[in-house]
This record gives sequence, structure tokens and C-alpha cells, in this order.
Amino acid sequence: MSTQYEFKSRWLPYVLVLPQMLIVFTFFFWPSAQALWQSFFVQDPFGGKVVFVGLTNYIRLFTDPAYSYGQSMRVSIAFAMAVAFLSMAVSLFLATQANKKLKLGSFYKTMLIWPYAVATLVAGVLWLFMFNPNVGVIAWFLKHKLGIEWQHLLNFNQAFSLITLSASWKQISYNFVFFLAGLQSVPVDLIEAAAIDGASPIKRFWKIIFPLLSPTTFYLLVMNLVYGFFETFPIIHQVTAGGPGKATSILVYKVWRDGVINLDLGGSAAQSVILMILVVALTVAQFRFVERRVNY
Amino acid sequence: MNEHSKLARFLPNLWLILAIVIIVFPIWLVFTASTRTSADIMSAPMPLTPGPHLLKNYSEAIMQGSKNLGASAFTMLKNSLIMALGISIGKIIVSLLAAFAIVFFDFKLRSFCFWSIFVTLMLPVEVRIMPTYKVVSDLGMLNSYAGLILPMVVSATAVFLFRQYFKTIPKEIAEASQIDGASPMQFFWRILLPMTRTPIAAMFVIQFIYGWNQYLWPLLITTKTEYYTILIGINRMLSGADVQIEWQIVMATTLLAMLPPALVVMIMQKQFIAGMTDTEK
Repeated sequence: MSTQYEFKSRWLPYVLVLPQMLIVFTFFFWPSAQALWQSFFVQDPFGGKVVFVGLTNYIRLFTDPAYSYGQSMRVSIAFAMAVAFLSMAVSLFLATQANKKLKLGSFYKTMLIWPYAVATLVAGVLWLFMFNPNVGVIAWFLKHKLGIEWQHLLNFNQAFSLITLSASWKQISYNFVFFLAGLQSVPVDLIEAAAIDGASPIKRFWKIIFPLLSPTTFYLLVMNLVYGFFETFPIIHQVTAGGPGKATSILVYKVWRDGVINLDLGGSAAQSVILMILVVALTVAQFRFVERRVNY
Repeated sequence: MNEHSKLARFLPNLWLILAIVIIVFPIWLVFTASTRTSADIMSAPMPLTPGPHLLKNYSEAIMQGSKNLGASAFTMLKNSLIMALGISIGKIIVSLLAAFAIVFFDFKLRSFCFWSIFVTLMLPVEVRIMPTYKVVSDLGMLNSYAGLILPMVVSATAVFLFRQYFKTIPKEIAEASQIDGASPMQFFWRILLPMTRTPIAAMFVIQFIYGWNQYLWPLLITTKTEYYTILIGINRMLSGADVQIEWQIVMATTLLAMLPPALVVMIMQKQFIAGMTDTEK
């Protein structure tokens, strides 16, 4: 691509980028540097002495049973993968159905797309309301018709299922939009040729359509993992509060809780740094893919 | 099974209707609850059809709010709206200016600025909670609209999108404006901005929803009820024992919280899809 015409001015470009740079440095770089710095210190919560402790905060995360950081990591990974798999599988299936010629096609699409607007917190509230042991309609149904006592604040499997279902429910529209756009760009003559050769619809899907969708699938996988790891805080905060015990304290919930509620600044800062490394890894994965796609 | 049989042709409809039912059912429940009394909701199982208290519940939610909260849905909706508009419009303005500088000027710190903005992608608020809170508190911006909005007014995706778009504009247009004696800012206002309407609209939809649905940040920096956003209010109303929760008010508030972003998506569906799939590039 040819470069754009360039105006001549010594000062104007700096004035133009100034607002953005001020915000980037004040609210992004400075706090991130602080997190890195604080992760090497221990400070008592009442503003007392600050002591340099090297990597102690990091080591404690993984050795001190009070942190149970390894457990938090395991549940975060399980949760993010469960959400990514469930909501992508459902969305892909729905997108293949909606991509057929249907009379009500645009109605279906609108109905499946607009829940994107539902806030993550609201998704949590909706599911909580259905499964609340006292007032929830589904909790009542499970108890009185199927004999299952629903107590997600006491039962880990139920808590994990509930946060996974509500987080996946919320993400369906996002994935649906991308899968539908991907499916619409699959050349129709390719599919028709395969149909004439006698390939069944299922075979056509797995042998032709799914491989062609792989860039979309990979992009969505990264985005869904990012969502599962970082953007589901409201659901955890609302639905389980990390419980029962600490069983559903995913990493972002834990970093919030240890910092804001327990006022453990060093430990929270060390967790922040670990999370930054995780985001960098996911972002690099995503951009690797964008580069590769240029040749696609 | 023959893929052209009647059943096979109807099957996709069946799946999609089932999916829509699963999506709509929880929202229907919220609506039902918002038209009933607290006693109706507590009597398990709750009735699945709307009751007669719609007006009463909504007016109570909007004017007074839940008793244990002390903030009306009106105040909280106003706060959410200010925050969402502040974040979306703020992001669009600073991103447009930055993208204009990066594409149309050659200056020493150009690539430094570009990469600085890029790196913010890797620093979501979730990974720097405490220190960001400290900065905002040192600046005296706790419990203020500036505190809710300013730290969110960075968008690497918006800068990328505008940069990408500016690069596709034929260079002759900027050249011609120079020959005609227009200043760079006149070019920006009179020519570039009107040309960028479509990407701006797409960005607005995405960022409005992003702003409206912010949760962790307002949770950290708002302690006074007059600055609660609607989502924080819902969470606060639900804290406490189940029997004390005024479910009908909470559910009315929840439905009100869903309306503005849902309307934006439905009305601007085309721009919304463009915005979502374009930011992928």
C-alpha cells in the first residue's frame, strides 16, 4: 500500500497525539510499572513500612497454601476452555443452520445477534435468577421433578456448571456473528461440486467447510479464551463470589479479592504481573495468526 | 435421510427456534418477575406469565429503587449513560486525532506512539487493578464521572481501524486540499471526518456497548450511591439474604439496564456487524 500524503508541521502531530499519550501513560503504563515494582515489595495495609523482598511474593503464590494459586490457575484454565468450547460449538452449529436459505432467516439472525448487548453481569443475574435455590424456576424444577438439590453455593460442580453456562450463553452471539460471516464467504460452487460428487452434508461440512473456517475458528478461540480468563469477572463476582470456599476463584477474581478486599498489595501485584504475561502470550498468538492469514 | 425432504428442510428452523427460546427464556422470566409482587416470586414455583404490577414496579424502580440501596434506577441509568457516551465518544475523538497524526504526518515519535497504543491491548484493567485505582485516587477522581470515563478512553482497536481506513484514502485528496490552501486541520474537519462517517458509526456501536457494560472499574471507584452505574446497583441490590431482596424491583432494574444497549444493537445492526468484524483486521 502506498503511503499517505504527509503534511508538514513540526508541532501539530504532537498536539494531536497528546491526549491519547497522556491517558496511555497515566492510566496504563504508570500503573503497570507500579504493579511490576510493587510485586517485589511487601507493604502492610495500613500504609506502614515497605520492604524489598525480591521474588518472595511470586514464590509465596505457588507455595503458600493460603493463596492456593495453583488451584485458581487450574480452575481458570478449565473454565476458560469449557466456555470457549461450549459457546463456540453451539454458535458454529447455529451459524450453519442460519446460513441455509430460510424464510425467517433475518429474524433468526437478529434474535441471535442482539444478546451481544447483554452485559456480562446481567448474564450472571439472569442465570442466577433461574437457579437461585429459593426463587429459581429451574432450581425448583430440578428439585421437585428430578430430585436434584441445586445449591451452587455449596456444591462445586453446580457452581462450575452455572458460571460456565451463563458465561457461554453470553458469548454465543459474538461467536455466531463471526462464524456466520465466515460461512458466508465459503464459495458456494465448491459445496455444490462436492454435493454433485455425492458427499453427504456432514462430510461436506467436516471436509470442506470446517477447514475453510479455520482462520475464524482460531481467532475466536483466542478471543474466547481472553473472555474466559479476563472478562468473566462480573459473573464470578455475582454468581458464586469465588465459592464454594475458593473453588471458583478464577485468576481475575483472585487478584481483585486479594488486592481490594484482603489488601495484600504485594501478592496482588505479583498476580497482576503473571496476568500481564498471560495477556501478552494470548495477544502474540492472535497476531501470529493475523500474519499467517495474509498468505491464506 | 434425504436432505431435500420436508423434515430436513424444517429441521434448521427447529434448531434455531430452540436456540432463541433458550436465549429468550431467562429474559422472559425477568420480565415476568418485574410485573409481579415479591410474594409471587417467592412462592415457588414462580408463575411464568406476567402479572398486573408492571407500572407500579417500574415506577418504583425508576423513582426510588430498592429500599436497601438508596439509589433510583433513574440516577443509575443516567450515570451509565454518561459513562457509556463519555467512553464511546471520548475513545472515538482521541483515536481519530491519534490516527490522523500517525497516518498524515511524518514525525520522530510516530512509531513510538503507534506501538505505545498497541501495547495497551495487553494491559486491560483486570491486570492492573490496584495501581490504577491508586493513580485515580491520587488524582482525586474517585466517585466522579472523570474517574469513570478517562481511564477507559484508550482504544487500540479504534486507532487501528481509523489508521487502516485513512491509508485507503487516495493521497490525491489530501494533496489537492493543500494546493487549494487548506490547513491540515481544515482538511481533517471538512474532508476527512465526513468521509469517515461509516467507520465512526461502527465504532460508536461497539464502544457504546463496551462502555455501558463496564463493571469492574465502576465497582472499584464508586462508593457513593449517586455515582453508581446501573450494573453496580443491580449487584448491590442482590447482596444480602434472599428473603430481603426485592426481586420485582431488581428484575425491573435489570430489564431497564438491558434496554439501551439492546436498542443500539437492533437499530444499528448493520454498523454493529461491520464494527465487530472490521476490528478483527
